[in-house]
Amino acid sequence: MLPVWAIVERDLRKYFRSPALMLSSLVLPLVQLIVIGYAFGGQIKGVAVALVSLDRGPEAVRLRQKFAAIEAGTRTFHVRLEDDMAPALRATRDGVVAATIVIPEDYSRAVARRLQPRLGLVLDNTDPFVVTTLTAKMTELLDAVSAPEVAPRYLQRVALEVVEIFPYVEYVEYLLPGSIALAIFACAVIGGGLIFIDDKARGLHEGYLVTPISKTQFVSGMLLSGTLKAAFAGMVVTVLGSLVAGVADRLTPAALVLVLGFNVVVALSLISLVTLLMVRVNDPVVPRATFALLNTLLFFPSGAMYPVYSFPAWLQAVAAVDPFAYAVHGFRAVLLKDVGVAAIAGDLAFLGAFSAACIGGVLLLFPRRL
Amino acid sequence: MAIRTERLRKQFGLAAAVEGVTFEVPDGQNFALLGPNGAGKSTLIRLLTTLIAPTSGRAEVAGHDVQRAPDAVRRAIGVIPQAYTSDPGLTAAENLHFYGRLYGMRVARRTAMVDELLATVGLEEFRDKLVGTFSGGMRRRLEIARSLMHEPRILFLDEPTTGLDPVSRLHMWDMIRRLKLRTGVTLFLTTHYMEEADELCDRIAIFDHGKVVAEGTPAQLKARLGATGTIAVEFASPPAGWADVVRRLPGVQAVEAADGRWRIESRDRMETVGALVAQARRSSVPLLSLVAEGRTLEDVFIAFTGRDLRDQAGGKPHMDVRHLYERGHA
Repeated sequence: MLPVWAIVERDLRKYFRSPALMLSSLVLPLVQLIVIGYAFGGQIKGVAVALVSLDRGPEAVRLRQKFAAIEAGTRTFHVRLEDDMAPALRATRDGVVAATIVIPEDYSRAVARRLQPRLGLVLDNTDPFVVTTLTAKMTELLDAVSAPEVAPRYLQRVALEVVEIFPYVEYVEYLLPGSIALAIFACAVIGGGLIFIDDKARGLHEGYLVTPISKTQFVSGMLLSGTLKAAFAGMVVTVLGSLVAGVADRLTPAALVLVLGFNVVVALSLISLVTLLMVRVNDPVVPRATFALLNTLLFFPSGAMYPVYSFPAWLQAVAAVDPFAYAVHGFRAVLLKDVGVAAIAGDLAFLGAFSAACIGGVLLLFPRRL
Repeated sequence: MAIRTERLRKQFGLAAAVEGVTFEVPDGQNFALLGPNGAGKSTLIRLLTTLIAPTSGRAEVAGHDVQRAPDAVRRAIGVIPQAYTSDPGLTAAENLHFYGRLYGMRVARRTAMVDELLATVGLEEFRDKLVGTFSGGMRRRLEIARSLMHEPRILFLDEPTTGLDPVSRLHMWDMIRRLKLRTGVTLFLTTHYMEEADELCDRIAIFDHGKVVAEGTPAQLKARLGATGTIAVEFASPPAGWADVVRRLPGVQAVEAADGRWRIESRDRMETVGALVAQARRSSVPLLSLVAEGRTLEDVFIAFTGRDLRDQAGGKPHMDVRHLYERGHA
């Protein structure tokens, strides 16, 4: 075991002596958490819409009051009144407003006579996020308008009682597990892959290979030191990211122990993967060139930014074998749901098996000679 | 026997870098493999240090087969490759401790060796400095200390002074001589510097195109060219027709004169020198200076390979280590 610890100690010394190296694996996930977390996480507000009311009747006035209430309350809309259809539609087409709401001239009469009154909603559908928000808000508004003033004696339709079992999760919180996994991955690539190949290219490996260190000892030392460095990076982002996301109060001692253990398991799986990919690589350019590709292949299908359920079948298949997906699921369970080990047993089992397969491959492929 | 090879061969694709080499190096000897870049020296040293496997033939180092017992070979050897193997992110002492641990050395022995070796290579005061701040000469010295941490029986040095300035090279030679005296380790070094092989080694093998083309002590190799040599001489106002007189002296093959300096090629330089001095006295032609030079290793190299080694050497930047990982290199 002496040679294994020698490698671990050497790597940790070098890591903690190089602030640039440490920061490079921490900055990207934290910046991503802050920028993307707050950029994507908020509700859509202040969408400019044109309102063309061709009806002067009481129901049309009531409807306009509802729009004004939304504008003043949730502020989803910013209503711009137009007298004529043509300029309103042109503004929608040009992107000056996101939609034009049309109250037809017979709207109040249709409401009074219960003749299925209709509103028009002309949408700029090039932005699906705004379309979804506007459609939902309009549906909500019309449900309120259509509700009978006196509640019926018997319910005419099935009502849904929604119960949320966890506190409301902001998008920045939703993104936090992915950022932790990304920090571990970045450290695995920089502290594992890049340094491993740079050392090889500089000739350092030639020195090790003429000593009696065995292949297993060498690989164990590399993986162990890589795991410790990556788990450390993961823990730093766990703590700083929790502060950024406003969930630091959930980091109880028990949660910290659990998240530390899970960090180690995730770190082992990702450093094993990176080492397997780089074990036969000699050109220092290769890991630099493949980092972005690997990041895309592992991070985005993991469900870190968007639910896996929304992916097409082939991308869901990628997610099924993506260690990032299990890392994100596990961190989400521990940090956002405060559930125990049982909830992440499946993630631990997959990541353990994945690590074992990668380590087996590394031992098979690692060249004991030049 | 420290090293023994038998028809050792290494082929990369269609090209053979080492072609059926057979030689022996007795314990305690200083052995040099002298050859130009691309001759196959580094490939041979990598075969002997277990870094690459031979295509055929066999090699024994410290009594162990490099194929069957590579770990036993590794425990018996110290290696200083062309590339720097010490880690620039660690201090000098940390590098030595690291290698000591790779050899399984316990802390007390390791600490004693680190202190002793840093003193030996003159890096005591730099023990806690990061190696990344060292000059090339200091790094080479640290490489020597690193290779001796586990007290090897045989030390392999692959072009140990390539890239060093002349002063650092002389220091390095001096250090290698002192280490040799102190430890009695067997030295196997490759070089393309004639003077290095001549200064440091008891025996030399001239290596070219993957083959040993001549082997022996420096004196034996030079003697193979016979008693030939060059006499450089200056006369005070030689008379007309003096060149013909000199040309007729015993052993003289050729005479050239320019700016009062005469250069005489001789089959037997000592016989020619005697005759030249006697003739000058008889003819009352004072001699201002006379230098009789024997054959150099460079002459030997040219005689055996038909090439000038100096033309081959010196072009390779020593920190370009890409070749280490390119199959087919030498």
